[in-house]
Amino acid sequence: MNFWILLSVNSITFGGLLFLLSSGFSLIFGLMRIPNLTHGSLFMLGAYVGASFLAGFLSIKLDFWLAAILSAIVVAAFGALMERLLLRRLPGDQLAQVLVTLGISFMVADFCLMVWGGDPISVATPAHLSGFVRYGPAVFPLYRLAIIGIAAAVAIGLWLLLERTRLGAMIRAGVDDPDMARVVGIRVSQLFTIVFALGAALAAFAGIIGGPILSVYPGLDQDMLPLALVVVILGGTGSLLGSFVGSLIVGFLYNFGQALLPELAYFILFLPMLLVLVLRPQGLFGRQLS
Amino acid sequence: MSRKITRRKVLAGTAAGAALATFKFPAPAIAQAAPFKLGLLTVKTGPLAQGGIQMEQGVMTFLKEKNNMMGGRKVELFSADTGGSPAGTKTKAQELVELDKVDVILGPLAAFELYAISDYIIQQKMPTLSLAAADDLTQRHDNPFLLRASATSSQAMQPMGHYAATEMKLKRVVTIVEDFAFGYEQMGGFQASFEKDGGCVVKKLWPPIVTPDYTPYLAQISDCDGVCQGFAGSNPLRFMKQYAAAGLKYPVVTGETGGDDALLKSFGDDALGLVSCCPYTLDLESDGNKRFVDGMLKNFNTVPGFYAAGLYVNCEVVDAGLKAAGGDASDKAKFMAILKKVSLTDTPRGPIKFDHLGNVIGNFYVRRLGKEGAKYGLKLWNKTVKTYDNVSQFWTWPEKEFLAHPVYSRNYPPLRKC
Amino acid sequence: MNKKLVALGIAFLVLATLPLWLTQIYYVNVASQILFYAIFAFGVNLLLGYAGLVSLGHAGLFGIASYATAYMLAAGASHTLSIVGALVIGLLSTAIFAALSLRTTGIGFIMITLALGEILWGLAYRWISVTNGDNGINVHTRPAPFGISLASASSFYYTTFIIFLIALGAMAIFVRSPFGAALKGTRDQPRRMTALGYHVWMIRFWACMLSGLLTCVAGILFVYYNQFISPQTLALTSSAEVVLMVISGGPATLIGPIVGSALVVVVKSVVSGYITRWNFLLGAIFVAIVILMPEGLVPGTARLWKLGWRKTMARRRPNVLKAGGPPA
Repeated sequence: MNFWILLSVNSITFGGLLFLLSSGFSLIFGLMRIPNLTHGSLFMLGAYVGASFLAGFLSIKLDFWLAAILSAIVVAAFGALMERLLLRRLPGDQLAQVLVTLGISFMVADFCLMVWGGDPISVATPAHLSGFVRYGPAVFPLYRLAIIGIAAAVAIGLWLLLERTRLGAMIRAGVDDPDMARVVGIRVSQLFTIVFALGAALAAFAGIIGGPILSVYPGLDQDMLPLALVVVILGGTGSLLGSFVGSLIVGFLYNFGQALLPELAYFILFLPMLLVLVLRPQGLFGRQLS
Repeated sequence: MSRKITRRKVLAGTAAGAALATFKFPAPAIAQAAPFKLGLLTVKTGPLAQGGIQMEQGVMTFLKEKNNMMGGRKVELFSADTGGSPAGTKTKAQELVELDKVDVILGPLAAFELYAISDYIIQQKMPTLSLAAADDLTQRHDNPFLLRASATSSQAMQPMGHYAATEMKLKRVVTIVEDFAFGYEQMGGFQASFEKDGGCVVKKLWPPIVTPDYTPYLAQISDCDGVCQGFAGSNPLRFMKQYAAAGLKYPVVTGETGGDDALLKSFGDDALGLVSCCPYTLDLESDGNKRFVDGMLKNFNTVPGFYAAGLYVNCEVVDAGLKAAGGDASDKAKFMAILKKVSLTDTPRGPIKFDHLGNVIGNFYVRRLGKEGAKYGLKLWNKTVKTYDNVSQFWTWPEKEFLAHPVYSRNYPPLRKC
Repeated sequence: MNKKLVALGIAFLVLATLPLWLTQIYYVNVASQILFYAIFAFGVNLLLGYAGLVSLGHAGLFGIASYATAYMLAAGASHTLSIVGALVIGLLSTAIFAALSLRTTGIGFIMITLALGEILWGLAYRWISVTNGDNGINVHTRPAPFGISLASASSFYYTTFIIFLIALGAMAIFVRSPFGAALKGTRDQPRRMTALGYHVWMIRFWACMLSGLLTCVAGILFVYYNQFISPQTLALTSSAEVVLMVISGGPATLIGPIVGSALVVVVKSVVSGYITRWNFLLGAIFVAIVILMPEGLVPGTARLWKLGWRKTMARRRPNVLKAGGPPA
């Protein structure tokens, strides 16, 4: 019984972390049709930058949340630069977008190795969240439960941004019909920069929030990018709801799949992904692609 | 670290290359005057870079201490980055052998990299000193040009199993390690010796190499009195953190990589109490170790671990071999025979010698991770609680009996009812 | 037209006599690698450039051919049998691969192939009885067709070169053939093609099979070159690498994949000896290509060459009509 409760709760918490990871990718792909293969590297960069801020910035040890937000801002700036200088020249050219995003991910990964070295960095769990919650014999780390809250907050925030604010309306207009949007006076290219920066910020934020669980190490980007892709595919590209549901599904698949079917541990995510794609190529909630 | 590129610069143009190829240099009259070429196959990019960078630091520390001399000859180091892939390892090995014409190869890091060049080493008769732990390359598929001064995958786990059963009095252990050959061989060794001394392995868990969250496996750890982990690279850090976060309190034992001293600066309090068995221990009070650690701190401001120490010891072996050969390494087979006979007493890991299959016989240290005795600015420290000396790759089994059973794998030794 | 033939002729001569003037065996080996990776890139380019289908799982097919060869050799089969067997198994796998992936196009195709590639990679790790897991399978000898041993670098190079020429010829014929035209049609205007009566799915399927054949040939050359195969070869990074070769060289061109292959292999094997941060450099080169020549190295160089030629020509001719008289 303990086993089932533990894994169920962990499925939801892991799903929360996956949502934070994939929301940035889903946003950029859904709104701008750009497959941002740098996403994993931005996640890792955010984690490294956040870890450095935690260790001390200008000889001040920063609070965990402040470090996370600062890290997200730094990476958002990097993302904005990426979009303005590089991606803007390639509207609709998906092959070139793949080439440039992969190229940048190589550069970012090697940069992190140069600056932070090869050793893994442990990110301390924030003090006020480092306890346990007991439910009968089952024990849950408080931090993991907190991630559910953080993911929910981010999900609601994104939804509000897109559906209820003027900025969100402009973004959606710019995506649906860029030319008409420009005619109406919306600065579409500025908006795209903002969206890309937001996606990068989400990736970095996810990186540092995931830090206390995953730690930070070279290769983190290659470990996490396929997970983001699986979530986005299962849930449906371009749909925030799809991303949310997809994260939960992958969370459950990951936990129960590996525990109950250890022989299939290497395939536990990709077999369902294959199945969904073969039967319903647009994912569970997405709109028809291509 | 700058590599010797003067020769390569000359060969950059193909015309120049053709011209040089036709111009034969006279053989040097005194072989010792020519520099001794040392090749290093390491990983400097990608996830394996953690161990790879340390390997290079270990070699550099040795060379700096000895003023770039080995066996009375000047040393030229050629450091090659394999990228952590077998194809890359083969390419770089070819570069070292054919282009740089090295006399000895140190490395590579990973078992699959060593398997990729195993045939090539034999074909080229290139003496190779590797850290790669693949058991069978000094057992059932013995490579005569491979010398291993560190340990086979199971060599450190066998004493660990013995210690866990006899001193920690554990009876039921769950093993958990990555799902690949290094993991199988470690746990095979642990299980064999643990069960020989009265213990029993109740469950074996094999998370895939890429597992961000170990919780699905941690949830299965129950009905036991201890856990044996064998993670490598950055994974031990994550595992110990998630283990403690899951509220699990069973004592944890591990092998040479799971509690590596190089990770001491990264581990948190969640790793307190971790018992590990390693061929190298930072707290060994000996002249050899002191020189090594001081060198690492001075040159790289880094506390060394298993990888750096392993390469430093490899350099000491080559140095001793070269001295015994009078500085002449030109006859590869003869040099290999000399290397196999090397016996040192004061390396950073203590006394070592080699068995007839080219694998080390030396000390293995059981340490407990705690706070007392911490030096070099660290908060945590691995304190040696027991030393096993003269440990061979066969532990206490006779060689014939050991080699008669299959190599340790996922299913060998099989799980039995506890 | 004449200039092109001359250039091709020189290139052919240079490559055909390579082992004679490139005396270091190491570089001859690098050349062999460039050639068989180019064959792999031809296979991927067939789908990516000419069919508009990006595959992130082709390393899986490549690996299947390599493993099949190695497994049969280890089981005692002759070289001929192993090669034929590997091609058969490889083509069967390609058929299954195509049947699954062609359910969709665009991003869906990319994701299905990614999933398939990852599944094959996982199989390579776990199916230890066949693949020997991450310890890999060693291939102890190279074949000796007509009594000539391929163990030496130059004989292996010549064999690879001949196979490369055949592959290049096949690609050239294919591109100019009606089938090639039909494939390009399905890339650009699938609906119109269907309306005209073409069976779009079948055309794409046969393109996949041809792509699979090229990939398997490259995989067999790879395993004989390295004399070792292990799961790393099927990883996502391997698939991504060959896709990068094709895109950076120039998709839908004949020579693009060769240039892309040369770029990546040279940086990994040669430049990495001089520059520690070669990974960073490779990424930077890709970014530079996107900035300067987003259509790829081959089309981009051709464009700049034409532009440069015309500009230089214009500068040489004095423009007396310009206000102020002839330029100083």
